Amino acid sequence: MDAALDARNRQTMRKLLVVAAAMLGFGFAMVPIYRQYCEAVGITQGRVVGATNTQVDASRSVTVELLASSAGLPWRFEALERELRLHPGQLATVNYRVVNTLGRPVTAHAVMNAAPSYAAQYIEKQACFCFSDQTLAAGEERVMPVVFLVSPKAPKDLGTISLSYTFFESPGRAS
Amino acid sequence: MSAAAPAHGHDHSHDEHAHAHPTGLKRWLFTTNHKDIGTLYLWFSFVMFLTGGVMALLIRAELFQPGLQFVNPEFFNSLTTVHGLVMVFGAIMPAWVGFANWLIPMQIGAPDMAFPRMNNWSFWLVVPAAILLVASFFVPGGAAASGWTLYPPLIIQQGMSIDMTILAVHILGASSIMGSINIITTILNLRAPGMTLMKMPLFAWTWLITAYLLIAVMPVLAGAVTMLLTDRHFGTSFFNAAGGGDPTMFMHIFWFFGHPEVYIMILPAFGVVSAIIPAFARKPLFGYASMVYATASIAILSFIVWGHHMFTVGMPAAGNLFFMYATMLIAVPTGVKIFNWIATMWKGSMTFETPMLFSIGFLCLFTIGGFSGLVLAITPVDITLHNTYYVVAHFHYVLVSGALFAIFAGVYFWLPKWTGNMYHEGLGKLHFWLSVIGFNIAFFPQHFLGLAGMPRRIPDYALQFAEWNLWSSVGAFLFGFSQLVFLYVVIECIRSGRKCEDRPWEGADSLEWTHLPCPAPYHTFETVPEVK
Repeated sequence: MDAALDARNRQTMRKLLVVAAAMLGFGFAMVPIYRQYCEAVGITQGRVVGATNTQVDASRSVTVELLASSAGLPWRFEALERELRLHPGQLATVNYRVVNTLGRPVTAHAVMNAAPSYAAQYIEKQACFCFSDQTLAAGEERVMPVVFLVSPKAPKDLGTISLSYTFFESPGRAS
Repeated sequence: MSAAAPAHGHDHSHDEHAHAHPTGLKRWLFTTNHKDIGTLYLWFSFVMFLTGGVMALLIRAELFQPGLQFVNPEFFNSLTTVHGLVMVFGAIMPAWVGFANWLIPMQIGAPDMAFPRMNNWSFWLVVPAAILLVASFFVPGGAAASGWTLYPPLIIQQGMSIDMTILAVHILGASSIMGSINIITTILNLRAPGMTLMKMPLFAWTWLITAYLLIAVMPVLAGAVTMLLTDRHFGTSFFNAAGGGDPTMFMHIFWFFGHPEVYIMILPAFGVVSAIIPAFARKPLFGYASMVYATASIAILSFIVWGHHMFTVGMPAAGNLFFMYATMLIAVPTGVKIFNWIATMWKGSMTFETPMLFSIGFLCLFTIGGFSGLVLAITPVDITLHNTYYVVAHFHYVLVSGALFAIFAGVYFWLPKWTGNMYHEGLGKLHFWLSVIGFNIAFFPQHFLGLAGMPRRIPDYALQFAEWNLWSSVGAFLFGFSQLVFLYVVIECIRSGRKCEDRPWEGADSLEWTHLPCPAPYHTFETVPEVK
């Protein structure tokens, strides 16, 4: 093979390697892209909002069912009320009780889920225990609030929302 | 095409006197010859085909009757998972790389691949990866059991076999990228004078596009499995909900790789069929340029349809609609191809030797697979049929009677070129008919099972599904064992000494047929051919 062709081949290889490396980067870049996208359309954790002055839509009501569970973690975790009815735009405070039944301190994180899933984008939270890790000492009991409202933008046929929180032990952060 | 005499005495003498070739094991370990490496790839893929086939037959044996008979459910899950991985990464993909190695240099008038040593390295990486995959059955906890899609959170929870699988995927990815760089460079830089891109045989074209797809998506898969690995061992939470991660994100990244991946397996099949149908219809390919553009369109569209694998994850309706329409759009360039092949046969002087039979089988059955794909593209229908046997039937129609039948067609078509001998036509036809009948008995009833609601990847099923499962298992065993006929035909062809003519197929007119004798000498086109 002559030297000129050899050089040309190597140049083609270098270009293709750059493409491959860029695509590897793109694979990892999908992580922040995905997060941004989900936040933009509001499909993950519900919207976090500051104190807002929303108009209460008193013409209709939405039922919010409160569910609580823990995954692979012997914490007792429950909502203090089973469900509530509220008008869209009306600020509500609900309380959850959690007990660490283990003989050691545990750090865990609650993840929100809503059914139907598109309802998540209409839940606007001002305060939630799910915003941060929760560390409970052995046997500790705690009552934690969620302050939220259902957005008046919620479609009219959204009659019931199941709002669920699941505690997962935070990996590598157990003390 | 030039009418130069096929026999090149120069190549023979060069072969015998200029180099001292290593022999035996060393020849294969150290070879940098594209034909040797092609042969290695093809035999390797056949061994993996049988390995994955045994797993498939174990699955079908278990599903022969309702209840649990032969395997425990965990092992069944490993079987479905590793069957998928072995067939995709071990059988179909290496077979196409084998064809590329054998044919592309000869078809474009190049003496070898652009990077012969990297070529050797590409092949010998595949072997340890396959060993890792298969050996993972024998470690504590058994082989990966999460499905070939490696979805978290299940895959994060399983044992060390997952690490072996992830490492195997890394190695296979590296090998594919090296192979693709080699193929692209060969096609772009090593074409004989006069061999313009739009004169290349369609097989070279489809592989050029396939190689670009591989370079674009294999690194994404490597990234995804790396994230799985760090989630498992290094405390990251890419996909771990507990740490704020999201398993659905894995599905997006995986299928961004996964959908182009299925076209990586089928595009070279389009190239092979585009070589065989004109040869046996004795007419030039109808619509050559539209074939090239259709292939490129399919490749580009493959990047924007991944969401149709995950209509049920709760994407916004706009997302579901986008992926539905984009998916249906792919039927347009694919339809162009199908109609071009039919138009090629129209009023041709057709004969039906084994390569042509497999190509026509491909055409009919791949189209059925395409249609069931269109059905599955409809979001509301897919939400009903998601994870049922309808999906299993669909992708086996496109991958077995699509990609695999084209591989068989190609092997029969080029065996005379590779071995210098003619295969046994009667046995080849027997292999075709056993395969096509067995395949349809095995997979057509799975459409009915899926429509009736039978879920996939489960070792037991409700009694109402018993009868079609019985048929499906009978067909699967017929199909499986008829592949031994294929093995026999190939070995018999190599050993028979039934010399074939230099142009066994009068209608075949690419460079490897018009310029080279059968068998192709060890070194070809060391003097650059003239292409008119």
